[in-house]
Amino acid sequence: MVDVVNQVAEVIAARMRTVDRTVRPSDSLDSLGLESLDVLEIAFDLEQRFNIEIPFNANTAFEFDTVGALARAVERLIAEKSSR
Amino acid sequence: MNRVVITGLGVVSPVGCSLPQYWKALVAGASGFGPPSFDAAGKVKTKIVAEVRDFVASNHFDARQISTLDRISQLALVASREAFGQSGLSMDEALSERTAVIIGTGVGGQMTTEDGLRRFYTEAAMRVHPMTIPRAMASGPPSQISMALGMTGPTFAVSSACASATHAIGQSFHMIRSGAATCALSGGTEACITPGILRGWEALRILTTDTCRPFSRDRTGMVLGEGAAIVVLEALDHALARGADILAEIAGFGMGADAGDLTSPDARGMARAMRMALADAALAPEAIDYINAHGTGTTMNDKLETAAVHVVFGSHAGELAVSSTKSMIGHALGASGALELIAAIMAIRDGVVPPTMNYLGPDPACDLDCVPNEARRRPVRAALSNSFAFGGLNAVLAVREFTG
Repeated sequence: MVDVVNQVAEVIAARMRTVDRTVRPSDSLDSLGLESLDVLEIAFDLEQRFNIEIPFNANTAFEFDTVGALARAVERLIAEKSSR
Repeated sequence: MNRVVITGLGVVSPVGCSLPQYWKALVAGASGFGPPSFDAAGKVKTKIVAEVRDFVASNHFDARQISTLDRISQLALVASREAFGQSGLSMDEALSERTAVIIGTGVGGQMTTEDGLRRFYTEAAMRVHPMTIPRAMASGPPSQISMALGMTGPTFAVSSACASATHAIGQSFHMIRSGAATCALSGGTEACITPGILRGWEALRILTTDTCRPFSRDRTGMVLGEGAAIVVLEALDHALARGADILAEIAGFGMGADAGDLTSPDARGMARAMRMALADAALAPEAIDYINAHGTGTTMNDKLETAAVHVVFGSHAGELAVSSTKSMIGHALGASGALELIAAIMAIRDGVVPPTMNYLGPDPACDLDCVPNEARRRPVRAALSNSFAFGGLNAVLAVREFTG
């Protein structure tokens, strides 16, 4: 599943506005300077890339606080989809 | 400078298809929410919207008319007939040239576009209905109203997403105040509950999955709505000269742009629009008794709108009633400002403030008196109606009791 982590990092990096676009699994999404619209776009990009539905509502706290946590959630959603 | 008064009101809403039904339902805390009436093959997840279910087009229009009318025009025409009827105005040639029709819509004739083009793209339909373009145009509603009621004055649509109706009424107010028009039919209309639009709102991830509970703890977002509301505005001298029943006075209007984020609201921009409306009306903050809030039920809007009210009203903020009727009728985007102005006018008329329904308990970030779960009898001398739109486009109307 290293590939998922790398792909999530790649999707996030593409939305970053900073010169240094290094993304580590331990990085929090806040620390990468992402704004609310960036998070929406990242979720959409991941849904498109993996054909999954990421359940989050902007009115509740974004539960995937780090890049690694988001990648694990994506892995879980991919697994749920393929087990159906 | 003319003073500008309101002499007619008309409503088509998820809680009633006339002004009396609408107002009675708001005071009773009725809910216009239910599941979408269409089946989108499971592609749309949302289970709660605020549709105008009681509206049957064939009760109001013949088949030939219906083929030229998107739902936005149908709803707007029915609301206009009611408002115009209540005003008691009759159009002669001179007055018709000085009567404006300025109507807001956020998304325009989306049902026509979606339905017609879906068939064209996906169902191998070779032809598109000849009325597709004139039905779907955002200026359809004002065009249709001018034709139906015989107004030949300034007629156009205004679009600023969720603030469209408030901007439209503000524009009419300015035109009558400056002498560019004598009367106006103005307000907003929206019929945006289509599979495509609903899916688009889902992608923004701000729709609720349970219900709309503005200013409440544990609120989870907004409910998409539809409807139309129209008001008749009139120069005071003209209304007095014909002995019209004056319902309220439009006292002031404030508007501006955040020049910041596309979708996130900004308390400074909200506060600036409220301050401008008060200054334009020459009303002190202490003169306001009620605010019909934008109050969408999203985490961000309600928190920032509360902060903005504190900034503008200072110690008087605690004396205000600040309710969100979106908890009953949902968010009808470009129609919402007119639906809500009418709620504020009726609060002034009847001395009853409509409630914020579905309230579970306080959120420390929303510490205003939102009139939770039950309407309240209290005199309202003057009120604000707030509209804060995507794009950071803010518009606020100040309305007061007409005392002569």
